[in-house]
Amino acid sequence: MASSPPAVSASPGRVDLTRPGGPRSTGEAVIRGLLFVAAAVSVVTTVLIVFSLITETVKFFGDVGLSKFLFGTKWTPQLAGEQQSFGILPLLVGTLYLTGIGLLVAVPLGLLSAIYLAEYAPPRIRKIVKPVLEVLAGVPTIVFGFFALTFVTPELLQGVLGLQTEQFNQLAAGLIVGVLVLPTVASVAEDAMSAVPGSLREGAFGLGANKMKVALRVVFPAALSGIVAALVLGASRAIGETLVILLAGGSGQLLPEIVTDARDSGGSMAAFIASTATGDAPTGSIEYETIFAVGFFLFLFTLVLNLISIRLVNRFRQVYE
Amino acid sequence: MTGAQIAASVIPARKRGEAVTETLFRSLLYGAVAVSFIVLATLLVDIGSEGAGKLSSDLFLNQPSKIRPETSGIQSAILGTLYLMIICAVFVVPVGVATAVYLEEYSDNTKWWNRLIAVNIQNLAAVPSVVYGILGLAFIVRGPIGMGPVLLAGAITLGLLVLPVVIIVAREAIRAVPPSIREGALALGATKWQTIWKQVLPGSIAGIATGVILALSRAIGETAPLIVIGAAISPRFNPDGLGSKFTALPLQIFGFSKDVDATFLELAAASIIVLMAILLLMNSVAIFLRNRYEQKW
Repeated sequence: MASSPPAVSASPGRVDLTRPGGPRSTGEAVIRGLLFVAAAVSVVTTVLIVFSLITETVKFFGDVGLSKFLFGTKWTPQLAGEQQSFGILPLLVGTLYLTGIGLLVAVPLGLLSAIYLAEYAPPRIRKIVKPVLEVLAGVPTIVFGFFALTFVTPELLQGVLGLQTEQFNQLAAGLIVGVLVLPTVASVAEDAMSAVPGSLREGAFGLGANKMKVALRVVFPAALSGIVAALVLGASRAIGETLVILLAGGSGQLLPEIVTDARDSGGSMAAFIASTATGDAPTGSIEYETIFAVGFFLFLFTLVLNLISIRLVNRFRQVYE
Repeated sequence: MTGAQIAASVIPARKRGEAVTETLFRSLLYGAVAVSFIVLATLLVDIGSEGAGKLSSDLFLNQPSKIRPETSGIQSAILGTLYLMIICAVFVVPVGVATAVYLEEYSDNTKWWNRLIAVNIQNLAAVPSVVYGILGLAFIVRGPIGMGPVLLAGAITLGLLVLPVVIIVAREAIRAVPPSIREGALALGATKWQTIWKQVLPGSIAGIATGVILALSRAIGETAPLIVIGAAISPRFNPDGLGSKFTALPLQIFGFSKDVDATFLELAAASIIVLMAILLLMNSVAIFLRNRYEQKW
């Protein structure tokens, strides 16, 4: 029989009931090691992403110069000679512009949908609405891109609304990016609101508040960290969205000035990467390095947003669970 | 009692002004939800009407053709997508489930490296897909591995992209197995691994399978990483091995969409219908598995 008492593991609440030592422990240790190796794959992935981005980005800055890149207002990396310029500002503004249009669509619609699902929807309707949002979230982005190109621009914007837009325009791309991000915002925000304990609502009802007041003045503020996390995650998804912008908004290959009209063609960092890296940019060329420099900044932006949202989500889970 | 029932039973008749704002707010909520329905319906109708005419045997039996769009097909893309899915699964399932088991059953959360692994996975799940394409281009297609834009390179790139999804869903499924099951097995003399292999994993298999299918449906819908690694568009041959050049449905749709000829737009729409049908089938399987094998503790 085991002579030593069961060891208490460091994780709270769980007692390690396995017997230390013994003939079977070697195999157990090997398995533990293998599992750790599998877990390390994801860490290695991040390390390789960062490593590949940084090495080429450093080379790029050696060729172009950091200040010309960060503060230049002409983005024409594909042109030759004198005309070639690597000021990322137009591309950066284009990315934020498209993200902004997307969030203008996704934030109000997503939050209102979340309030409806968390506070108003009877179970029967919830069973219909939730799957529709899940289907919307599962539609591949290429399909949304095709929809923006062949329906939103010609039928909706130019047809029904009578706008004079270019064939590739930021408005159509931004609107559809919003639709794409909507389910993310709605689902994270709904989780946060559903995690608010019922006692808070009951207390407010007891004081005579009506349903709208409970939703907006009690549940919404109580779930605020999760709601902010939803917005930040939505922004991160919008910034990284590629195909919709590439197909319907513009490739970001040629931006000699900052585009401020939503009806004009533009582009984002992600769209630029996908349109430039079509497999034939030779390794070591400035074209190849540009992909990584833009990718580096794209990764940095989304990393910051993701870390903020992860922090906020973990916080609201701790508070109410 | 739900909030709605409490509200109905407690709230007395209100002043007219408040009732009006409440009604307005309610209609605002209905409107917001309706937008999702309308967009989805419009999208399905638009693509259905545009692509239905091209849904013939030509589409499945022929290869893409620039010269004869009327009889052009997408066989290489359909097969490419199926192969990608299978190779992806072979790589993603063991690594993803092993990681989830490690994080849920072995890792000690007071150690910083275990917390780092967990946060790192949450972040990777939200890294833009185009960045994974860059990783694939720099390390797998060129650089140290340098295998070229072949099927295996595409599958690994997509696998790394959806790995976090598998891990996150599998962790939740494993967490849902109650501790009493583990304690019972251990008390009967099972080792930790025997407990996991014989009790925890079978108990969470429904959740894990659902997660794997969802992850694979994300993988086969991705376009950007395949563009960046330089996978072929409109190849007139089927992939015949891990080292073969390939295309996939989303990439083929992208190729068709960029063409000015209206016939290619119809082909793109028809290809979207095929892609969506595959996704629908996979999701039905996921729902079936969840309902059939889900454990109630």
